Parts: sequence; C-alpha cells; structure tokens
Amino acid sequence: MEIRMANLTKIFTSKDKKEVHAVDHVDLTIPSGKLIGLLGPSGCGKSTTLYLIAGLLKQNEGQIFFDDDEVSEMPPEKRGIGLVFQNYALYPHMTVRDNILFPLQNLKVEKEEAKRRTIEMAQLVGLQEMLDRKPKELSGGQQQRVAIARALVKKPRVLLLDEPLSNLDARLRLQTREEIKRIQRETGITTVFVTHDQEEAMSISDEIVVMKDGVIQQMGLPQEVYDHPHNLFVAKFLGNPQINVFEGDVKGGKVYIDDMHIGSVKLPDQKVQIGVRPEGFLVDDTLKSDFNFAVNLVETIGRDTTLIIDIPSDEGGLLDKKSFKVIVDASHRIQTGDLVHFTVKPEKMHLFDLDGGLLT
Amino acid sequence: METKNNLKAWFYLAPMLILMAVFTFYPLINAFIISFYKDYLPLANNGVGSITGYTLNNYAVIFKNQLFWRAILNTFVLAFVSVPVSIMVSLFISVSLKAIPKLKGFFQTVFFLPYVTNAIAVGMAFAVLFHKDYGLFNVVLRLFGITPIDWIGGTASWWAQMSALMVFTIWSSLAFKILVFTSGLENIDKQYYDAARIDSASKWTIFKRITVPLLSPLILYISITSLIGALKAYNSVIGLFGERLGGQPYRMITIVAFVYKYRADFAFQGFYSYAASAAIILFFITLIFSVLQTVVSRKRVHY
Repeated sequence: MEIRMANLTKIFTSKDKKEVHAVDHVDLTIPSGKLIGLLGPSGCGKSTTLYLIAGLLKQNEGQIFFDDDEVSEMPPEKRGIGLVFQNYALYPHMTVRDNILFPLQNLKVEKEEAKRRTIEMAQLVGLQEMLDRKPKELSGGQQQRVAIARALVKKPRVLLLDEPLSNLDARLRLQTREEIKRIQRETGITTVFVTHDQEEAMSISDEIVVMKDGVIQQMGLPQEVYDHPHNLFVAKFLGNPQINVFEGDVKGGKVYIDDMHIGSVKLPDQKVQIGVRPEGFLVDDTLKSDFNFAVNLVETIGRDTTLIIDIPSDEGGLLDKKSFKVIVDASHRIQTGDLVHFTVKPEKMHLFDLDGGLLT
Repeated sequence: METKNNLKAWFYLAPMLILMAVFTFYPLINAFIISFYKDYLPLANNGVGSITGYTLNNYAVIFKNQLFWRAILNTFVLAFVSVPVSIMVSLFISVSLKAIPKLKGFFQTVFFLPYVTNAIAVGMAFAVLFHKDYGLFNVVLRLFGITPIDWIGGTASWWAQMSALMVFTIWSSLAFKILVFTSGLENIDKQYYDAARIDSASKWTIFKRITVPLLSPLILYISITSLIGALKAYNSVIGLFGERLGGQPYRMITIVAFVYKYRADFAFQGFYSYAASAAIILFFITLIFSVLQTVVSRKRVHY
C-alpha cells in the first residue's frame, strides 16, 4: 500500500492566537511494502504527520491517499491502519490475549477465526507464552510487541509506529529494533515510524525522511542521505559524531578555510560554509597540506583514532564550536601535542551557502 | 531512633485520635453497652441514670416492632435502588460532559449546586414540587392528560411516596458522584481512547470496555460510600415529609429515623436502649454490606 500525501498542512493555534504550521505543505510518497523512518528533532512535525495519516488529527489542507483511495476525510477506524503509540496504550485491565482480540471483536470477526489470528499474531511477535498476563506483568519490550500485535492483528493497510523505541532501555532498544525490522519483512506491510534518534532511523529504515519545522528536508536511502545531504540541517542532524562545519571562502575555484587551502570546486567566488564529516579527513604524511593543527586529545578505540582539535578563536573559522573531531586510522600512532597535516577527501567535502543550502 | 520517631508520629496523630476517640469510638462503644441495659432511665439520679441490670431483651423488642421492619424495608428499597441508579445516571452525565468541553464548566457548577445546598431546604423545595395541586410534577402530568398523583400528601400511596423520595435522593446524590467521576475521567489517558478508536470500537464498546473498567476503582469507592450514606437516610425524609415522616405518620420511616424516634422518647423507661440497639443493628447491616461489596468487587475491579 503506497501512502501519498499531497500539499498536506496542519496548523495548530496556540492560546495567544499564534499559528504554528506543524506540517507545512508536505508532498511525500511512501513506497509500498517499505519501512520508512520519519526523522527529525522534537517539534519538527513528524508525529503530527503520523497522526494525520492515522486520522487522529485532521489536516487543514491537502490530501492523503492509500494507493488510489483517498482517506483524507475518513475517520481513523475506517482507514485500516495499525498504530503503535509511544507509551503503547495497552488496555491495563485486559490480558495480552484480550488486548490483541479487542480490535477483532470490534470488527465482528468470527470467534474461532479471531482466536486463531490472535495466536498467530502472538507467535509472530514471540509472546505465545504470555497471552494470559496483564500488561503490567510484562517488560517494556514485551509490551511493545503486544502493541505491535494488536496493531497488526486486524490486517491493516499500513502500520504506523510513534517513537517505538524511546521508552526502552539501550539493550532492549537494539533487540526490539531488529524485531520490528523482522516483523515488517515477514508481513511486508508498509510501515512508517517516527523517531528523533538518527541511529535508530538509519539502522532499520529502508528509506528515511528528514523533517524540520513541518517541512520535508530530504528523503532517500539512509546512506545516500548521509553521504549527500541536501542542506546543512540534514548534514548536521545525521552522523555521530556530528559533522564539522567551518566558515570558508571559494576563491578562483579553490576552497579555503582561514586561508588554508583544502580543495577545489567549480563555483564562483563567495563565502561558504564547509561541512566535513570526522571521517572525511586524511593524514598527510608528506606534510605539504596547509591545513595543520596541534592535536589536543587523542582517543584510540580499536581500529579508529579520534583526534580532538581545539582552535584558537581567531583561526580555523570553525562555526559554533571551539573544537572539531577527526577520525583516522589507528595505524597513524598520533599523540597528544603532535602537529598533524590533513587533507580533505573531495567527496566528503560539502559546501553550503550562508543560508545552509547545498552548493553544487 | 525508631522509638523517638514513633513518639513523634503519635504526637502528630494525637489531635485526630483524640477527636475520634471522643466522638466516634466512645459513642460507638457506649451505644453498644447501652443497648444491653435493662430499664435504662438516663436522667434518673440527677442525670447519672439508672438501670436494673443487663438484658438481650432490647433487641427482641426491636425485632418484634412492626415499625422497625417498615424502617428496614424503606431503607433497603431506598438504598438498593437509589445507589445503582444514581451511579449509572452520574456516570452517564460525566461521560456526556466530556463531549461538550466548552459548556463543561458551566454544567459542572450546575450539577454541583445540590451538594452545597442544605438538604432540609432542598427537601422543602421538593415538597413543593411534589405538591398535589400546584407542584411542578403534577403540572407536567396534567399536560399529558394524566390524573394528578398525590405524591407526599395524606392520601399518597407508599409507592408514590417512595418514588418521590427516590427522585429526591438520587438527584441530591448526583452532585458528588459527578464530581468524582469527571475528575476520574480526566485521569484516564487520552491515548486509550485514541487506541480504541483505531481499534474500531463503537462508542458503547468504549464506554463498556474501556471507561467503566478504568473507572472501576472509583465506582467501587463511590458505591460503598453512597450505600453507607443511603442506609443512613434521614435528612431527606424529614425534608420531604416533615416530622411526621410520611403522608400518613411514620409511613416513610427509615432506620435512622426509627433510632431518633426512640431516642426522643428517652423519658420512658428503656426507650433509650431500644434506640441504641436499633443503631447497633444498623451498624452491623452497614458493616456486612460494605465487607460484602469489597469482597465481591475485589474479584471484579480491574487493576
């Protein structure tokens, strides 16, 4: 089931009559059978988008289609969606079995079949032993799986997950992440999940959609978005450690950071913002590069060495920070205080104009 | 350290404990003892009182008294009809209030007014409403061409009087229940309702399978407290029917009214003890029902 949003807009009016465009003229197509991560900082409109698809919120403008079926005006119960809430919203007074059965009873599914499907679902999420327990007798991860089973048991057209992992501890998060991916693959259902955690989104999504201020910033394969961010926001939002952003200039086809030459581009002369991911630097053993710094801190973990370099405020043109990070191969044996010459991998150098738009 | 803290705790509790001892425990125990006195005259010997021994006969006298059984019947009918009905009505009103968020505050105030109004005054107002000739209830009945009914007057049947008392009792007990239920409803996470909508639950299913079970601890609390309240009915009877307790004297007597009647006649030998034994009987009736309710509910109240 393909989900298509056209010109979708949701405006919230606060008490002092201020209008906030939580979702701002969004055009987005979510391909059928894929697991899509809707990613962005809090308040970017990702959950609102999810609730608009679910029908729990009503758009001010625009349309939503499931394939060719327009659902914009349909109440949530008619849309055929399964929704997993952030805190799961399992009915606390019902057993796991009753929680999963509940939607089937409402849809007047015949008793034997409802029973069979409940057990099938419990097996899918690996909870067949827990059917007679109450939600509070389950761990967070198990509750999460019950919520997924309840959402899937009525065979919805799309599955929506709101921050599915945020209430779990770190170990369970990894486990559940794999679990969600497996369940999605086995059922082949079009799934949209909302998260503010980029690692979570990158690791399980087929494609990610990055949002900010109600506007879609970029959509694509996770690695693709990481390697080719369309703007500075996306570049900064993805990646851990964060991308380093420098102030620089393009002069005569050459790129300079504070008069240190780091690369060449085919762009007219201008002031630019230069994004280089920590792994985008190479150590220049020939010592020819202008771009050299004394290393302030060295952390070696396994095969990678992270160098932390402080910059005196009048040098280096570093934006909004006083140090930057470089990840190099551990074989370089660099020590604190060493003066290191760097070159920048051309494909890892991202140039943005002063408004954060990508320059190509 | 521990004993010191304990001592402190007792000091903090002391004011309440002293008040309870004086006004609750002592009267309760004393009533229990008085209920076994023989030929008790409380004002004899310059107020010291006189008895001629101890006896179980007071209870026997009460149990043989026709008026006592009438009081039991009236009280039970009143309690076991008005409590469930008022719970259902107040639940319905509370849930409906949720649907009209804008007018909710206004209606909450309206529904709460009976709670802050004197029961006797309200009873008198209801006595006018139920008046045979110019009461509002009969005016409405006349509009529909039904012969006016004597609700509370000298010719009123037991059914008419009980209905009037019931309407009055239910109406005046709604206020507190609505207050409790509306705040209880506000504490139910909205996501359960969103989830239920997504799960295609109808309004009735949501009410039956989500709202009521999630409110069940409150419903239990309300049903126990209001059953105890209803078993103690007295104000309402006096307010509606006056001191004669019914269109015909004592027709609508309740257990507490029965206790009062005998207590008022304490100049007669032994009457004080009759009142005490009736009060003790009421105490045990209340206790039994409260325990029963708790035990039954423990199996049915969820989470």
